[in-house]
Amino acid sequence: MNAELVPIPHTWVLALSAVLFAIGTLGVMLRRNAIAIFLSLEVMLNSANLAFAAFAYRFAAAHVAAAAALDGQIFIFFVIAVAAAEATVGLALFIALYRLKETIDVDRFNILRW
Amino acid sequence: MLDALWLIPALCLAGACANLFLGTLRAPKAVVTVVGVGSVGAATAVAYAILWAYLQQPLAVVVKPYFTWISAGDITVNASLQLDPLSAVMTAFVTVVGLLIHVYSVGYMHSEGNAGFARYFAYLNLFMFAMLLLVLGSNLAVLFIGWEGVGLCSYLLIGYYYRQLWCAEAGMKAFVVNRIGDLGFLLAIFATLAAFGSLEFETVFPAAAADPASFGPEATVIALLLFVGAVGKSAQIPLYVWLPDAMAGPTPVSALIHAATMVTAGVYMVVRANVLFRLSPTAMLTVAVVGGVTALFAATIGLAQNDIKKVLAYSTVSQLGYMFLATGVGAWVAAIFHVVTHAFFKACLFLGSGSVIHACGGEQDMRRMGGLRKHMPTTYWTFLAAALSIAGIPIFAGFFSKDEILSRAYAAGASDLNGFGDAYRVLWTLALAAALLTAFYMFRVLFTTFHGSFRGPEEAAHHLHESPRSMTLPLVILGILSVVGGLVGLPGQLLHIEGLNLIDRFLQPVVIPLAEAGGHAADAAHAGHGLSLATEWGLVLGSVAAAVGGVLLARRFYLGAGAFVLPKLLAERLPLLHRVLLNRYWVDELYAWLIVRPVRALAGFCWRVVDELAIDTLLVNGAAFGVELAGDLARFTTTGNLRNYALMVLAAAVGIAALLW
Repeated sequence: MNAELVPIPHTWVLALSAVLFAIGTLGVMLRRNAIAIFLSLEVMLNSANLAFAAFAYRFAAAHVAAAAALDGQIFIFFVIAVAAAEATVGLALFIALYRLKETIDVDRFNILRW
Repeated sequence: MLDALWLIPALCLAGACANLFLGTLRAPKAVVTVVGVGSVGAATAVAYAILWAYLQQPLAVVVKPYFTWISAGDITVNASLQLDPLSAVMTAFVTVVGLLIHVYSVGYMHSEGNAGFARYFAYLNLFMFAMLLLVLGSNLAVLFIGWEGVGLCSYLLIGYYYRQLWCAEAGMKAFVVNRIGDLGFLLAIFATLAAFGSLEFETVFPAAAADPASFGPEATVIALLLFVGAVGKSAQIPLYVWLPDAMAGPTPVSALIHAATMVTAGVYMVVRANVLFRLSPTAMLTVAVVGGVTALFAATIGLAQNDIKKVLAYSTVSQLGYMFLATGVGAWVAAIFHVVTHAFFKACLFLGSGSVIHACGGEQDMRRMGGLRKHMPTTYWTFLAAALSIAGIPIFAGFFSKDEILSRAYAAGASDLNGFGDAYRVLWTLALAAALLTAFYMFRVLFTTFHGSFRGPEEAAHHLHESPRSMTLPLVILGILSVVGGLVGLPGQLLHIEGLNLIDRFLQPVVIPLAEAGGHAADAAHAGHGLSLATEWGLVLGSVAAAVGGVLLARRFYLGAGAFVLPKLLAERLPLLHRVLLNRYWVDELYAWLIVRPVRALAGFCWRVVDELAIDTLLVNGAAFGVELAGDLARFTTTGNLRNYALMVLAAAVGIAALLW
């Protein structure tokens, strides 16, 4: 075996996923531009995908079960599909909002309060 | 024939329903009269046909079950009627007196409107139904329905002139006071069910009589609770206060319900349950003491009343006291005998007073009457006959029944009944004193009303007239009955003739002999036969002397040249006594202060504090206010700012994660 080919431990991948998730969350919280919030949301979804992939990789390496290894990978496709649907609806919403207020600054949309 | 027993009450009920209907149609009085008097007349005819058939066969208890009324677990209560000597006697006089008073009412109520006339007869017929159900019922439950029914009719008829507030209030007073007694009766029914598993007279009483030793404590409880009911209905101390106020109703109602029939229901019930009372010397003594004290107490109040109906009302309370004294000394038959004669002479007195009030244009105060003898001779003579009867002058009906009660009370004292001889001796003295007072106040009424000269206003004097035929006819019949009614109970033992006392012979089966006295002293049923002939005659002379003395005293006080001088002098010399009697011992005021006021205060507390403050304000409105306040505060979380919501979602997710950790 070649020393360069030592596999990356799955915990590293999980750590990356957590960092990406935190970055996405902060983006959702702090940005005011709706498109930026949307991008941050996509980062959060994909950090989840990364976690799925990490676990699939982990279970495959541990030879637990072939099905368990596949589950995580299949779930990623579900998430991608949901994210695509969400992008469609979200962007349509933003267009509608822009037509109403000529801006997509979310702080300007607070008419539904108390 | 006996199968038609249900027809007797049912006919009266049909009359009541028809009259209610006629009342809504404003039907003419002639139609209402035919229905109202006709239904009771038919019931009377059926009753006498049945009684005739009943007397043709050997004396027995005939029970007619019609349908199962209550069936729960192992408890079964039938709607059934019973004919036995006691209910036969009660039915016989209730129907006759009721019919006579219906006839009298036609004349007395003629000035009412069509609707009021029909309403009156509907209530009166309903009363007859309930009263006949009461005396014919074969178990305590049916008796109770009749008991409540007569109470309802009493309430409705006392408040007949409901547009006057004090009449409506008198009705309510009667209803509320009776409710206290009814609670006792209801508890007695439950206790009977618990002890005997049945309410049927023919099951409970023979069972108790067959085994006196084992039912002793139960019998005491049941008997005392029954007596609480009787005290309410029959207006004894301490629940008598409703009866004088009940005079707010039309006078025929006072005669029928509050003198002749309903108020004697308590006596009937005690006699009916005589087995239970005999098992309990305590209950017997209680009954005797309450009866004897009431007899004298009410008689003293009657001395100083000026309202003619009030005097008669207190006289009724006093006579009911006599009846309870009789039951308390074990003179069951004498009690029923006095119920019957009292129904005759007191109905006659009340109807006579109604005739007088009618003639005087509604005036009830005897101080504005007098000299009516010339104007209304029929009323005078019948009133005189009834007054002689209630006073206990020999030959008249009241003499025989009252004398029997007095002699039996004396015998109870002499034979040391149940070991309470001293108490019974005192009660006999009270009863004798009450007899003297009875004769006195009755003749006070007679002399001030019918003798002397008219003291009312000038114009009223011109209107004095004898009442119409429909009113005088019942008076005459009741007057005759007040004279001869005592012949059914002649005291045969005084003359050594067996079986002269018809009513005693007839009613004796009602007093079921106890199997074993079981530790109790001599069975009270035969205590009266222990006196010597000389003593008996001495007692007769004593009671006659009391009666004659009372009459002569009244004559000295209220008749002739010196009339009203002595009473005025006496009132001036003994102002305290006069005021005490005039104000009826302030019993109403005492009750108002002792019971009504605290109850009202409690009711006020429940209303103002518990209901309005605690429930309405704090709980109901408080809950609504709390929800509103919480909503008011919580709605500020809805900022409308997207990033706030995102923060909340994050916080919640972190919170849940921390919780699941």
